[in-house]
Amino acid sequence: MTRLNTPQELETFRQAIIAKRDPAKACISICAGAGCLATGAGEIIAAFKQEIEKQGLTAEVDTKGTGCPGFCELGPVVVIYPQEICYLQVTSEDVPEIMAQTIKEKKIIDRLLYVDPATGEKASFESEIPFYKHQKRNIICNNIKIDSRSIDDYLAIDGYTALAEVLTRMSAEDVTAEIKKSNLRGRGGGGFHTGRKWEGSRNDPEKIKYVIVNADEGDPGAFMDRALLEGNPHSILEGLIIGGYAVGAHEGYIYVRQEYPLAVENITRAVKQAEAYGFLGKNILDSGFDFNVYVHQGAGAFVCGESTALMTALEGRVGEPRPKYIRSNIKGLWNKPTVLNNVETWANVPLIINKGADWFTQFGTEGSKGTKIFSLVGKITNTGLVEVPMGITLKDIIYNIGGGIPGGKKFKAVQTGGPSGGCIPEELLDLEVGFDELTKAGSMMGSGGMIVMDEDTCMVDVARYFIHFLTDESCGKCLPCREGLRQMDKILTNITAGKGKTGDLERLDQLAETLTEASLCALGQSAPNPFLSTLRYFRAEYEAHINEKKCPALSCKELISYYIDPEKCAACMICLKKCPVDAIDGGKKKIHIVNQEKCTNCGTCLDVCPLRFSAVKKISGTPVPAPIPEEKRILSKGQEQ
Amino acid sequence: MSEIRLQIDKKEVTVKEGTTLLEAAQSIGISIPKLCHHEKLESFGGCRLCIVEIEVRGWTKLVVSCVYLVEENLVVRTRSEKIDRIRKNLLELLLAHAPDSPELQDLALEYGADGNRYEQENSFCIHCGLCVRYCAEVVKKNAVGFIDRGVRKEISFVPEIAARECNRCKQCFPLCPTSYLQAAFVLVESLTFPSPGVRADHKPGVRADNKPGVRADNKPGVRADISG
Repeated sequence: MTRLNTPQELETFRQAIIAKRDPAKACISICAGAGCLATGAGEIIAAFKQEIEKQGLTAEVDTKGTGCPGFCELGPVVVIYPQEICYLQVTSEDVPEIMAQTIKEKKIIDRLLYVDPATGEKASFESEIPFYKHQKRNIICNNIKIDSRSIDDYLAIDGYTALAEVLTRMSAEDVTAEIKKSNLRGRGGGGFHTGRKWEGSRNDPEKIKYVIVNADEGDPGAFMDRALLEGNPHSILEGLIIGGYAVGAHEGYIYVRQEYPLAVENITRAVKQAEAYGFLGKNILDSGFDFNVYVHQGAGAFVCGESTALMTALEGRVGEPRPKYIRSNIKGLWNKPTVLNNVETWANVPLIINKGADWFTQFGTEGSKGTKIFSLVGKITNTGLVEVPMGITLKDIIYNIGGGIPGGKKFKAVQTGGPSGGCIPEELLDLEVGFDELTKAGSMMGSGGMIVMDEDTCMVDVARYFIHFLTDESCGKCLPCREGLRQMDKILTNITAGKGKTGDLERLDQLAETLTEASLCALGQSAPNPFLSTLRYFRAEYEAHINEKKCPALSCKELISYYIDPEKCAACMICLKKCPVDAIDGGKKKIHIVNQEKCTNCGTCLDVCPLRFSAVKKISGTPVPAPIPEEKRILSKGQEQ
Repeated sequence: MSEIRLQIDKKEVTVKEGTTLLEAAQSIGISIPKLCHHEKLESFGGCRLCIVEIEVRGWTKLVVSCVYLVEENLVVRTRSEKIDRIRKNLLELLLAHAPDSPELQDLALEYGADGNRYEQENSFCIHCGLCVRYCAEVVKKNAVGFIDRGVRKEISFVPEIAARECNRCKQCFPLCPTSYLQAAFVLVESLTFPSPGVRADHKPGVRADNKPGVRADNKPGVRADISG
């Protein structure tokens, strides 16, 4: 690798890369993101390479392990260029056929295409699949175009042009002004104005300053940042270098959670490549600007995603937050002005520089500009990463992109904003997605987790789950968070176990106020949201649990019973044989009865009862009907089914 | 350092720049409850009892007075319905752990806190960190520290250091609002010194197998359920 000393050298080098590439050449792109790797993408890549070699096609066909395109539900995803044919749920057994049919014969293999479940229509290309069609993919679109391990691939799609532009033609003030004009707000949760944050640091007289990438993504069910770190690490790095220049920092840190091994590997490699090419180090592209970046791995604490805890951890101390009465862009890492932004925020920066703030502000709403990546998970047909313009409605995301709720179930709520976000009910599905809109609805943008829940989800249990998660992750420094969450967790656990008492809701309400008002950091201040939002929209469920010992969603294990309807039972013996604790009494031609003493509520009987009988019922809040008399349990011939 | 003028509970006060709201209030005889603050230690902001209400450009917000620094013309209220309600709730959370602490009982009386509002879980330590920070910042020995995180956090003496340093120091004992610390030390002492005092060879008390003092069940040896 040669160091590129000037913007001209960079441009010449880029043109040389592009000239060497034949856009008409066949290229097989396989998603090598963590999700697809888990479902066998590694073997598929190896199989393609082997097959290409076997057939002597190494000169004609390229393979590429790319970043995550987002459609995790139907991975591993394979895209064949130049036609851009999209194959889903590919296995290594499909490889010879793809080579023979698609690469050699230029034929599309029907069975590997996307089928629209609603219309039965097949889609040959990404752009035709509804999941992609309704998105606005400004950031994540590049994931599929590049081999995430190749800096040359990034240069071929105009990578580091923004950096060259900034260093040759813009002053630090110009850069900050452009970011301010774009109204870019922090993608990590707070939604603070990025440009204003930069300006604050920039204007501080202190000479030493820092910039940090917060890549400690820890929300359950969220993986937007991972996809960018794994798939397009240079875009984040380029943003960080530009930020360093704008703020006047000469050192940058990437704080990435150690539980993301592939992300750590790819971003570390990207830093080394950027150093070798001269995008990091001394006198970058002959501008006189020096900048170095260090990758730091987190040690497994959710709270370290909080900016001050992250900085404390970077300093080598226990990752506990500190009071933020003086903002960290003035007194941050080692008490120096520090700009900390989330992965996605940094990835937006080169785009804004290249295309301009006016381009950026055409997407989104008054208060929230640009696009946002969400990880759409839970009870949703199309699980995956979706990038949408701010201002899109929740309904559009869930139904048009997400494909609605699977299994014919009814939508109940969507939880946004990570564990300390809130649950939004059906009547608010027309809500436009934006920082302020979500906060008003009692939830928040957070870093972009979106968990869809169907009618079988108990909202009290959802609150308990998230409060339990946060209790476990509280650092324990401040009393309201440590003790308040401990008590909230206990009370909610009791309620879901049928031990709720009068006064529990008042106790929870008081704890919620104490946490919100008195906690040290955002973890504690926002922790009551899962409780507050579910209480606001699903109060009746809380009351049913406490007063009637009933779980309306039939989900809380300790509040439900399984019962076999004697009118419907055909004495088929299936449930009796499958019950793991021998809790079902009956026999051939003898109607089955669940022995409630023995039953552990595992639900096996309900799962195995043939649909044509549907004799097993889940009940809650009412006593199990008394068993029918012995003599009535014998089925006569006519009753047998 | 310039002088800053502000108003606390409708009283004018002038203090030096860099003073905390807590210190400013104390300087005019206004008492604010606190459990984790100590004048010799860096502000910690953990117990949150010293929460006060401030008015900034027409906005009111709650801040902890042991950390927040005075600002010109700031209006501070140290008591309000909301502050009292939160302090009462914080005390109730603490009383679930250390119901017999005299300091907590006094405050509970003042704020009407109900010690039985939450399920009791007597662990005595209220994680004010006074012992840990005093040993680190003032004595500079780090003989006692926090272990684990969040709701599982505990204080623990480091036997190797405690064996050398604590017997002659014990400055942390009177700082503890619940007396739990002393119990923890007595336990660590009994585990670290199989016979009273120091071993015959005058080396710091280490067990025969050279392992630090750990209970038979492998849990760190400082649980109140043994000592208290």
